[in-house]
Amino acid sequence: MSESIDFLLWVRGPGFDIALVIFVVGILIRILEILVIGRRPDYAEPRGAELGSGLLTLVTRTAPEPGVFKRSPFTVVGGYIWHIGFLISLFLFVPHIELIHATLGLKWPGIASNLVDAVAAVTIVTLIAMLFSRLNHPVKRFLSGPEDYLTWLVTFLPMLSGYLAYHRMIDPYTLGLGLHILSVELLMVVFPFTKLMHAFTFALARWYNGAMAGRRGVQS
Amino acid sequence: MTDQKNPFSRTLGESLREFGVTRRGFLKFCAATASLMALPPSMVPAIAQALERAKRPSVIWLSFQECTGCTESLTRSHSPSVENLIFDYISLDYHHTLQAAAGEAAEAAREAAMRENEGKYLVVVDGSIPLGDPGFSAIAGISNKQMLEETVAGAAAVIAVGSCAAFGGLPHASPNPTGAVSVGDLVKDKPVLNISGCPPIPTVITGVLAHFLTFGALPELDELGRPVVFYGQSIHDRCYRRPFYDKGLFAETFDDEGARKGWCLFRLGCKGPMTRNACATAKWNQGTSWPVESGHGCLGCSEPNFWDAGGFYKALSIPDSDLTRNLGYVAAGGVALGAAAGALNRSTQAKAKQKHETVTIDDLDKKS
Repeated sequence: MSESIDFLLWVRGPGFDIALVIFVVGILIRILEILVIGRRPDYAEPRGAELGSGLLTLVTRTAPEPGVFKRSPFTVVGGYIWHIGFLISLFLFVPHIELIHATLGLKWPGIASNLVDAVAAVTIVTLIAMLFSRLNHPVKRFLSGPEDYLTWLVTFLPMLSGYLAYHRMIDPYTLGLGLHILSVELLMVVFPFTKLMHAFTFALARWYNGAMAGRRGVQS
Repeated sequence: MTDQKNPFSRTLGESLREFGVTRRGFLKFCAATASLMALPPSMVPAIAQALERAKRPSVIWLSFQECTGCTESLTRSHSPSVENLIFDYISLDYHHTLQAAAGEAAEAAREAAMRENEGKYLVVVDGSIPLGDPGFSAIAGISNKQMLEETVAGAAAVIAVGSCAAFGGLPHASPNPTGAVSVGDLVKDKPVLNISGCPPIPTVITGVLAHFLTFGALPELDELGRPVVFYGQSIHDRCYRRPFYDKGLFAETFDDEGARKGWCLFRLGCKGPMTRNACATAKWNQGTSWPVESGHGCLGCSEPNFWDAGGFYKALSIPDSDLTRNLGYVAAGGVALGAAAGALNRSTQAKAKQKHETVTIDDLDKKS
């Protein structure tokens, strides 16, 4: 137990510091690289405005294309379920809000822990199902590389360890909580250097797509 | 201690009756003890019978680096209860704070009890043992370590009362100037039972003694050597404020609306989720209240190193570093590095453009 308190204090102290620095600095480097390099100037006469189409595309790309949904409904629905479940677990669980409040000073109301618990359970099951699908579907498996499995793992571990910590399935509790925080630190460290960056870059990509289409006067 | 010469002359039942404890009161105690120890109701008569007949076991109480809070916890009940009568009427042959004898006579009493009850007596220890320098804590010129080793040699079992004896406690807190260790760190060849807490709950101490008297053995212990019946569940699991935690209703300060409405104290640093103890069910001061009920979060006092667990008023999951307050600098560093990386990319791009040689159709014609 005393070792597990030391462990918790480390992951909560120096461990969190290290992960936070890598996370924040890494993300800023990646985003600024994209912004600073910019895009090739387009000398053609614009046929429409960039702004409206760019902003609209930010929103519309959230819905899947009808064709994609018809071809692989499981991937689309599963993807939605776990993304939403992950975001609910991350941002609406009271101890997490408390952490963000202590770190960034931002605060918002949470929802009942048992509701988050149910959402987390669904998310974990969906993530496992998504992995099975990736392994069994020949095309998906062909397209998957080590990074895909790594990002799945670092996304899955915080969900699983969080669930175990909440239900106190790891004894002592401090060890369970420490493992949960460590798994999140792993996610934070891996985040800026993998496709997990899409959580930020999706906005840039959609904006560029929408704005370019808008400038050319076509639907994006 | 009234009966120093012949501590085994009376049974516990006789002693209790002499002090006006009724049969009903005694049975109530047995039933409460049985339920506290999660024994079936059918065990109540067995406990009563065993306790009734139990000879007073000799108990040697050693106090090392401690504050006497554990003894206070045991002896300062509001009115004489069965608990403290049982405590009084074990044959407490040696106890600094409670014994009348002093100096050599006191040490002689300890030695006599050890001799007469070789292999049968219980040693209760409160306080940690300094290994840094024997002079940090010594009794009658005997270092704590030496006295513990001597006394434990002929004991049936050792009960470490309080977090200092069980885990080193406050003397063990960083930087541990006296090199304090727990009883379990030194005693390896005897059963050691930890009753942690700062101080521990009196009922838990008497419960363990009652168990020993009833079954002649120590109860089942958890991985930290604590009786599972009392330390099997966390404060958080048994807390009456738990529904507020689940609903996300928290007191933000000690005097806000949430605090007045009795909401969860997690945000105020309550260590209930990591702490295993019986406070939420056994309560204090004869069931009057307990820390969380009186409006203060749990400090986690029955867990090892609770003193160094990152601050009493800080929620368990909150990172404890200055970095979070200096996130602006980290972000500024990130922006600077990002801008530098961007500039580097741009210059690479510009260089590539410069090196680019334009190929005309004429050039291609020449080659072919």
